[in-house]
Amino acid sequence: MSKAKKINLTLKVWRQKDQNEIGRFETHPVKGISTDMSFLEMLDHLNQQIIHAGGDPIAFDSDCREGICGSCSTTINGNPHGPDRETATCQLHMRRFEDGQTIVVEPFRARAFPVIRDISVDRSALDRIIAAGGFVSVSTGNAQDANAIPISKESSDLAFDAAACIGCGACVAACKNASAMLFTSAKISQLALLPQGAVEKDRRARNMVAQMDREKFGNCTNTGACEAACPKGITLENMARMNRQFTSAWLTARVR
Amino acid sequence: MTSRSGFFSSSVGKKYLMGVTGAGLSLFVLAHMLGNMLLFVSPEAYNLYGHTLIHSKFIYFFEAGLIVLFLLHIIYGVTLTLQNRAARGYRTYLTTSGDKAVTFSSKTMIWTGTIVGVFTIIHLLNFKFGAYYEIVYDGVTVRDLQRLMLELFMSPWYVAWYVFAMLTMLFHLWHGVQSAFQSLGFRHPRYTPGIIKFGAVFAWIVGLGFMSQPLYVYFFLN
Repeated sequence: MSKAKKINLTLKVWRQKDQNEIGRFETHPVKGISTDMSFLEMLDHLNQQIIHAGGDPIAFDSDCREGICGSCSTTINGNPHGPDRETATCQLHMRRFEDGQTIVVEPFRARAFPVIRDISVDRSALDRIIAAGGFVSVSTGNAQDANAIPISKESSDLAFDAAACIGCGACVAACKNASAMLFTSAKISQLALLPQGAVEKDRRARNMVAQMDREKFGNCTNTGACEAACPKGITLENMARMNRQFTSAWLTARVR
Repeated sequence: MTSRSGFFSSSVGKKYLMGVTGAGLSLFVLAHMLGNMLLFVSPEAYNLYGHTLIHSKFIYFFEAGLIVLFLLHIIYGVTLTLQNRAARGYRTYLTTSGDKAVTFSSKTMIWTGTIVGVFTIIHLLNFKFGAYYEIVYDGVTVRDLQRLMLELFMSPWYVAWYVFAMLTMLFHLWHGVQSAFQSLGFRHPRYTPGIIKFGAVFAWIVGLGFMSQPLYVYFFLN
């Protein structure tokens, strides 16, 4: 039997029809929330309540609901993905909140993330950073024998840690400067640390940083808010690696 | 291939510039603080130190270097802040908190920096370009900066402002010193905890050192 309790909450949710409208907060009392619900299930529950009352449900992104897709993008009481470290909104459960609490729900805010509607934002700027160089462009042919290219355990672990980035954009939302450096550095690192990706690391670092700057993300000032907000535990070490690679690529480039 | 702008207009390049100029300025304030410590020794030691420094062959080289460091650090600091505010867009009335909070000093760099900048201008006007007294030691006429300092630090308000400004600089350095290492690409699980401690110790030594000087003059020399 479930040991779930039922709690009642007050939600202040950001409502915005489209990119051009000036948004506002809307207050909803939500009753009978099971503490076993995830935060997104609680939003579903609230939407049912709104629909039954004849209102317009809150738009928010979600997909896998198990912390691996990077779709959910909710700022909860000022914290992207809520109060807990290394937890995506979908993995956050209502037992984390207290009966009677007021919760402020906002989108992932940044100039580079225009609001599509309510909590849902357009994060395609991150996709364009990937398109600028976050890939291996050499033709690799068929899958090689697993032992053909030796890779140290340490490198593969570091690359995998960087590859854990789900591209949700919490780093941008948490940053007071709306900088996308943690995201970009994770994508640069995951490829540069492996022999297949290392071939193009100079070109990749320069092009991805250039695209990041073009997307009007802010500049990093090392507050570390991104690292603290990241649901996948991406570290600032990746950012230092990006800084090194970008600089050495720029210094050694034959063509400016 | 995409077009590329100059290194120092890229977000990474701007970080390097802030890191390098900040590191240079950090070394300057450390040296300045240590030099000032001679006021604890004797008026003569303090005045002769100033005399030697200002008559060094390299003084103009260092002064020009400092001006460049200050200007670059200020211009880029202000530009970064304006760009970053614009990038943030709608300002939430809530910011990250709890386990996801960031340090006070890292959030307030532009304000602590502004106060230190204003302080630096007043400081130059009051000391370098302030009243010129002279004193003779063994037949050598030197500027009596000790006398000027005693006069300025007679006012409790001046001392309070000085101490406040140095406390602000302490916070600026607290984030800035370790941040420079990160900006220059130096982060490693073995060294970073030490670097963060080093930044804090550096900030406290420089900050407390500078604060001790006007307080000593006010309470013990006047």
